[in-house]
Amino acid sequence: MIVLDLFHYWTFIALLMMGFYTVIAKNNLVKRLLGLSLFQSAVFLLFIGIAKVEGGTTPIFTNLVDTQVFSNPLPQVLILTAIVVGISTSALGLAIILRIKEAYGTIEEDEIQSEEEEA
Amino acid sequence: MTEIFSVFLLILLVITAGAAIRTTNLFVAVMLMGIFSLLIAINFFLLDAADVALTEAAVGAGISTVLFLGALAFMNEQEREQAPKRLAGLISVSITALIIAYATFDKPAFGDPNAPAHQDLAPWFLETTQSAVDIPNVITAILGSFRGYDTLGEVFVVLTAAIGVLFLLDTPSAGNMLKRDEGLRHYLIPRMVGRLLIPFILLFGLYIQFHGEYGPGGGFQAGALVAASMILYALLEGQDRALEVLPQRVLTFLMAFGALLFGGVGVIGILNGANFLDYSVLSSDPVAGQQIGIILIEAGVGFTVTGVLLSIFHAFVARGRTQ
Repeated sequence: MIVLDLFHYWTFIALLMMGFYTVIAKNNLVKRLLGLSLFQSAVFLLFIGIAKVEGGTTPIFTNLVDTQVFSNPLPQVLILTAIVVGISTSALGLAIILRIKEAYGTIEEDEIQSEEEEA
Repeated sequence: MTEIFSVFLLILLVITAGAAIRTTNLFVAVMLMGIFSLLIAINFFLLDAADVALTEAAVGAGISTVLFLGALAFMNEQEREQAPKRLAGLISVSITALIIAYATFDKPAFGDPNAPAHQDLAPWFLETTQSAVDIPNVITAILGSFRGYDTLGEVFVVLTAAIGVLFLLDTPSAGNMLKRDEGLRHYLIPRMVGRLLIPFILLFGLYIQFHGEYGPGGGFQAGALVAASMILYALLEGQDRALEVLPQRVLTFLMAFGALLFGGVGVIGILNGANFLDYSVLSSDPVAGQQIGIILIEAGVGFTVTGVLLSIFHAFVARGRTQ
């Protein structure tokens, strides 16, 4: 059934576009950072969805399961490290926003810009 | 049955994400993103990615939420209402979505074993892991050995991000705090429940670290879990006590030492006449050498991730107490 076959891709598109929209249309810097991490999570979902093999299992050799069909381990490794890098970069972004807040007293982008123009 | 459950979970994901971006209260948005992370972790688990699910649950739902809440303490919780860019944004986003949706009809169906992604490298990794590294967890083998360069790079990215945060927010030190941080010390129930939980989270983190070759886990997850237990301690007992247990200079040392350990293992490979990050020469038996190498670099990853996440957390909390 085509809906079930492609449902993961469509969820990915929905999440990706929500994140994209937040980044381009919102004024609040924290909200934008949340949008960015949403965008990132959508990509994670795409990769892990691609890695899935019908009837497969987690790629760990064990005699607890009979099946010898494994899902693709490579995209999982890529995403595993990307998640930890994602939190570090989010933290760096938050630190920058914190300094912006201290310098300008606001985290709304248009207010920061108008303050810049006055100065 | 699993299929229906996963479709249900995916719809729930979209709803949570939609609510998170629609609300104008940032506190609510951050909490919703925490729920989103937990849901996506369950999704990863259903998609056979146990290691990734573990990482996402510890990092995304746990530490990320704490960091955002810590930063929100300095900011106005309420987002200002605005509309000017909304229409243009919606139009461009819808057009992009339609283009990508059109492209999905060419993509292989979900779970198709004949999809191009599963043809070349994946079978090679699955076969070679048993003969060359001989550990059950293929993910750990790829992460530590086959794609060691990549992991080394990621560890240094994480380290660089932490250095950036420490530069931006000042390194926390006991001397320049204005007041003592009491945490939740006077709240009986959180304190008792937390005290009960912390040793077990710590133990689980160590188990994940040392059992990463045999089951889901490894340095990244273990680092996040150990950091989570220390963050819980800091929330319950106050930052001062947490910094007495693990002072900032220890954390700074840990994160640099972990990255150096990783790189050092690679250099030992060169000194023994092999390529950078080739662990086969660490022991007389190449397979045993691979295993030693993976254990060492996983330890390095664990040190760095623990140090980085805790340093970032302390930097954010200390900012509020020095300003």
